[in-house]
Amino acid sequence: MIEESVVSLSRLQFAATAFYHFLFVPLTLGMSFLLAIMETVYVMTGKEIYRDMTKFWGKLFGINFALGVTTGLTMEFQFGTNWAYYSHYVGDIFGAPLAIEGLLAFFLESTFVGLFFFGWDRLSKVGHLTVTYLVAIGSNLSAVLILIANAWMQNPIGADFNPVTMRMEMLSFWDLIFNPVAQSKFVHTISAGYVTGSAFVLGVSAWYLLKGRDVEFARRSFRIAASFGLASALSVIVLGDESGYHAAETQETKLAAMEAMWETEPAPAGLTLFGIPDEKNRTTHAEIKIPYVMGLIGTRSTDKVIPGIDELEKKIAARIDNGVLAVKALEALRKDPKNTELLARFTAVKADLGYGLLLKKYVADVSLATPEMKARAVDDAIPAVAPLFWSFRAMVGLSLVFLSLFVLSFWFAARNTFMQKKWLLKWAVWGIPLPWIACELGWFVAEYGRQPWTIHGVLPTHLSTSALSAGSLWFSLSGFLAFYTLLLIAELYLMFKYARLGPASLGTGSYHLENAAEAKGA
Amino acid sequence: MIDYEVLKLIWWLLVGVLLLGFAIMDGHDMGVGTLLPFVGKSDDERRVILNSVGPHWEGNQVWFVTAGGAIFAAWPLVYAAAFSGFYFAMLAVLWALFFRPVGFDYRSKVADPRWRNFWDWGIFAGSAVPALVFGVAFGNVIQGVPFHFSEIMMPYYTGSFWALFNPFALLCGVVSLTMLVAHGANYLAIRTEGEIQQRARKASVIFTVLMLAGFAIGGVMVADMPGYVITSVVEPAAAQSPLAKTVIQQNGAWLLNYKAYPLTLALPVLGFVGGLLSLLAIRLKRDGLAFICTAVAELGIIFTAGVSIFPFVLPSSSQPGSSLTVWDCVSSQRTLGIMFWVALIMTPIIIVYTSWAYRVMRGKVTVEHIQANKRSAY
Repeated sequence: MIEESVVSLSRLQFAATAFYHFLFVPLTLGMSFLLAIMETVYVMTGKEIYRDMTKFWGKLFGINFALGVTTGLTMEFQFGTNWAYYSHYVGDIFGAPLAIEGLLAFFLESTFVGLFFFGWDRLSKVGHLTVTYLVAIGSNLSAVLILIANAWMQNPIGADFNPVTMRMEMLSFWDLIFNPVAQSKFVHTISAGYVTGSAFVLGVSAWYLLKGRDVEFARRSFRIAASFGLASALSVIVLGDESGYHAAETQETKLAAMEAMWETEPAPAGLTLFGIPDEKNRTTHAEIKIPYVMGLIGTRSTDKVIPGIDELEKKIAARIDNGVLAVKALEALRKDPKNTELLARFTAVKADLGYGLLLKKYVADVSLATPEMKARAVDDAIPAVAPLFWSFRAMVGLSLVFLSLFVLSFWFAARNTFMQKKWLLKWAVWGIPLPWIACELGWFVAEYGRQPWTIHGVLPTHLSTSALSAGSLWFSLSGFLAFYTLLLIAELYLMFKYARLGPASLGTGSYHLENAAEAKGA
Repeated sequence: MIDYEVLKLIWWLLVGVLLLGFAIMDGHDMGVGTLLPFVGKSDDERRVILNSVGPHWEGNQVWFVTAGGAIFAAWPLVYAAAFSGFYFAMLAVLWALFFRPVGFDYRSKVADPRWRNFWDWGIFAGSAVPALVFGVAFGNVIQGVPFHFSEIMMPYYTGSFWALFNPFALLCGVVSLTMLVAHGANYLAIRTEGEIQQRARKASVIFTVLMLAGFAIGGVMVADMPGYVITSVVEPAAAQSPLAKTVIQQNGAWLLNYKAYPLTLALPVLGFVGGLLSLLAIRLKRDGLAFICTAVAELGIIFTAGVSIFPFVLPSSSQPGSSLTVWDCVSSQRTLGIMFWVALIMTPIIIVYTSWAYRVMRGKVTVEHIQANKRSAY
């Protein structure tokens, strides 16, 4: 059995490196399309300022992109290095979208990003625009495939356990690709990326406007960001709701914990707007509830019930009992693989195999599990309520903050009065970090809410790691933290340096402090 | 659906092709990165070198990422056992690789020479360390790696980190590093002129000679080394657990394939011929031809390693029965089939647009070009 500390450290390392990776991904997703939009305007109007916009925001995009690539390498390695049993157990399914991501998306994005930066003088206008679109399409396709892989962890359909190879194997590639969780998750996630990119361009442009420099440049950038951001913020919220619907269908435990639904309510359930969940007494204090809304979001109906934690625990307890039979039948079958009677016995209960494996955290031979152990396994099977409850509400709250920012920005941009609204511009500057925080909170809800599983209902987290020592993990974790801190400092330094320099960093001679008259005025 | 046995063989070939793609494409920019601090004497010269691979290294690196992803999808047990077993070696590769994207993109964005010098050496490490460690890892695979699977197929590595650095493995590391550096030097000679080109050609000669010597010594050492042989009946077409077979160690077993199929001797011969012809081509100042020759040498050398240990892909020295072979380390027939079609369709498309990208950016990178594009060039 793997030490508890190895499991915790592996999780911590994965969480740290994944969160860190996702500091850079959303900006890449969002800015690649913003660049394509700016360049489209350039090609259509022939106004050079739009070319300069594409180049300048492209510079900032590049600084961010480099770290996105760097930290993405870690993600590609880490399943093998730290989650070896997981890699064996589900590689047959999970590996496919990752490999396809490389062939279909990452090659496209990476090959053309070089031409985006260096091909300006070598390509025709339309040729370069095509390259920019290919970068944007590549980065978004990449997100599709990664989210297909992730969605399968949340909702593992189209696969079955094979006792000969001792792993999950793919039954249907189409089920994997068209997993409903993947679709809502994809649109939700890329929209979040577009929001992040828009908030970044909006905020930096607002800063130039507040300083009264590069006004033409910043004004145009602000408008594009406000329009794209508004559409994206709406999409992120609508698709967040869609994700909630799929969570209710496929990940009942996550939803119950997120919403602190201790008991099953008669349909349609109410939505808890605010409250203080109390795990010990299984109640939510100071609860403010809107009747019916949760039921409508979760079931798209007024009569379907969303199970609460009490009911889910009963179901899980039954599945754990069944799972013990599955584990024992599998052990017998592994010793006598040709025995058809054992195979039939195993097949009858194999859907609950994962629930039997939950007990392996406490006892090697699951048939010896005591009622206390089973009770603990049931308890484990519901993720901790408070962190999910709060993270989810913080994410939604933030999304409302930036939705209002984009609505107002768009409104005043349409009326062309935004440059006089100092409060709006300041809000845009200080609002830059908000989408990042919301993105990370969203991932936290999705992944922490999947616990105690790596593959929901199939493979428990505590069985998924590699057989490493805690010492090795301390070493690698400290190494990652040290490297990542250094890289982040270098990144932020350059990001601030170039954002402050502004379009003058292009050296065209027509921007802030480059132009003699403006320099005198400044 | 394609026959399972055929698919297993196709995937052995495809993994080889992806590794070869990595060596030819990412290999040449790793070679260039390794040479960077030595061949580039001034800041302008270093920028010429960086910009010779500037528009392409990012795409090239995807050969590496995709090879990793393909091994995950097609050989999940190899991915699990090798990546977790070679934990520290993998971390060394990964941490070294961190310096490449950041180094390339950040280096010239600040004028301070200390900043630039730091990233130049970072790019050097990010290029040389992976090139060396891959060879060392291969060297250990050829000798057998101390690992085994538990009954539930959890891989356990029982060796130490330092044991990886044994003489034969280090020799393989030298072959892999010198192979990529020679190939990178040839690329640099194509894309530069004047003194940088002269130095690149010189480097090409030195590293090609070292590569040939290393490859020859390696061949002699393998002839006498314990290889592995499957002693139970193999059913290539069946889904199977690696633990179901029996394996023994046997001296000289890694030469058996060449005896059984003499045509495979063409592979080591290609390794030597490619290297020797590269020397000749450099002498004739035919840099493009030399680049093709080192690519051929890479093909010969990589497939020599693969064919020598075939059908093994990860032999176990501590419990030979846990060894992974091309018959039992694979994904299901369905997954292999789907991934085969994806690779078959996508690889030519990738090659076409990559070639187009090189065509767009063709020509010499010069100091004048750097000075004219100070702000946009790497």
